[in-house]
Amino acid sequence: MSALVIAEHDNNELKQATLHAVTAAAQLGGEVHILVAGEGSGEVATQAAAVAGVTKVLHADDAAYGHGLAENVAPLIITLADGYDHLLACATTYGKNVMPRAAALLDVAQVSEISEILSADSFVRPTYAGNAMATVQSSDAKKVITVRATAFDAAAAEGGSAAIEAASGPGDQGLSRFERHELSVSERPELTSADIVISGGRGMQSGENFPLVEAVADRLGAAVGASRAAVDAGYVPNDYQVGQTGKVVAPNLYMAIGISGAIQHLAGMKDSKVIVAINKDEEAPIFQITDYGLVADLFKALPELAEELDKQGISKN
Amino acid sequence: MKVLVGIKRTIDANVKVRVKADETGVETANVKMTLNPFCEIAVEEAVRMKEAGTVDEIIVVTAGPEEARQTLMTALAIGADRAVHVIADQDIQPLAVAKVLKAVIDQETPGIVILGKQAIDDDSNQTGQMLAALLGWPQATFASKITLGDGEAEVTREIDGGLETLTVKLPAVMTTDLRLNEPRYASLPNIMKAKKKPVDTKTVEELGVDVAPRIKIIKVVAPGKREAGVMVESVAELVDKLHNEAKVL
Repeated sequence: MSALVIAEHDNNELKQATLHAVTAAAQLGGEVHILVAGEGSGEVATQAAAVAGVTKVLHADDAAYGHGLAENVAPLIITLADGYDHLLACATTYGKNVMPRAAALLDVAQVSEISEILSADSFVRPTYAGNAMATVQSSDAKKVITVRATAFDAAAAEGGSAAIEAASGPGDQGLSRFERHELSVSERPELTSADIVISGGRGMQSGENFPLVEAVADRLGAAVGASRAAVDAGYVPNDYQVGQTGKVVAPNLYMAIGISGAIQHLAGMKDSKVIVAINKDEEAPIFQITDYGLVADLFKALPELAEELDKQGISKN
Repeated sequence: MKVLVGIKRTIDANVKVRVKADETGVETANVKMTLNPFCEIAVEEAVRMKEAGTVDEIIVVTAGPEEARQTLMTALAIGADRAVHVIADQDIQPLAVAKVLKAVIDQETPGIVILGKQAIDDDSNQTGQMLAALLGWPQATFASKITLGDGEAEVTREIDGGLETLTVKLPAVMTTDLRLNEPRYASLPNIMKAKKKPVDTKTVEELGVDVAPRIKIIKVVAPGKREAGVMVESVAELVDKLHNEAKVL
């Protein structure tokens, strides 16, 4: 029995998400291989080969795979799928885009965003924004799976010495082409892997007030997130969104600032270790799940918080 | 050019979902059902394309029980021209829905297919990608902007790091993200007019599609409950608790 993990990367660096999928793959009990599909991605293949527990890296390097277009990557995956019982990727926007296409080409179902592995064919996955945990059993010969990163620790990036094997597939299908990226540039850690996340909601009132959140975040080395309301209102870009249909985070400390706590938001952060909320409305539902709640005007509380951290000499930078 | 929109009837987003005592699923009796929010965005986008003169007919399709007709009515009230209701009383999973939609698309030959990126009940986020695979068409998922051109479309997608823009050949499958548009409220006259629009009813057997579930639901339980903690009185107390009690600062 063996499992193939589809690597996520930018042709230079293997993304942390892949390491979570490797841990899930290893729990299935067989060999774990990684597919690196990219263009000029030799460095990524080398990094994949060093991941603890990985025994083989399949490296498909072709202009067709440079931007991870699903139309090109999915046929590559099914070309290589023989001999694998499980095909896994992390449930990032990349995994969510590519894996169902591969599953349908194989005529198998996909088990989306699993949070637990019970056996080779049985998994637990959250449904209804995490309000119902479903135990499901797949009857397909091959299991195509996406993995919720917060439910599986990252595998060690070092310690492995897998063989790297060249692989190829049908190449460019001529259906789509990449035009451009507009990526958020930030010195702060990534939302999904940060130790501390501070998110702002509708209560921030405007994007111009987000520096109040950022001032605290920068003292703590925290990532900045947002509720859907704040993103919809244009305060911050879409990639800040934490929730059912945005990112799922589970940091050591999650601070919800001016966020009322709709179930769709809670779905993206309720597995955090410690949850704090600051909200001026003492009836806000967020307070039902917080470890520490503070009823306060965030426009006073945030500068006070930054000042208090300085006073106490608490800084992670 | 025709546009086909696949839609799903789901529990309303504002309902607090309860797991059934026998662990077979969630309570749906006497629970408010609506058009899945992402599907509503898909219908709205199709209507805007028609208003802009880039498409001339909007067909909405659903696979679901008799009651899903109500959901089709909602889509017709927003502005779809006609509906296809594929009656399916059993548990119909994403791969099966993709096969049903493909069968309808083979008959209707639309130039664009728009779906919601995900249904807020099973949170699978699969059907559009699977449908594109079965059709051999490109897929532009999680779209926040769609610009139709000559035989192709430029689509901006919401991805983890920000935004990505692709050009896809038409016909193509597109799935909607939250920022694509803000759906309109259907006016009363349009709700009345929707009732007169044609709804074609089919069965999965007529379409010759195998919809047998590949995934068995063993049980459905409520998640572990998180207990509310304490309220603090000041920022200083909060920092003290986080530093000395929770030890996360």
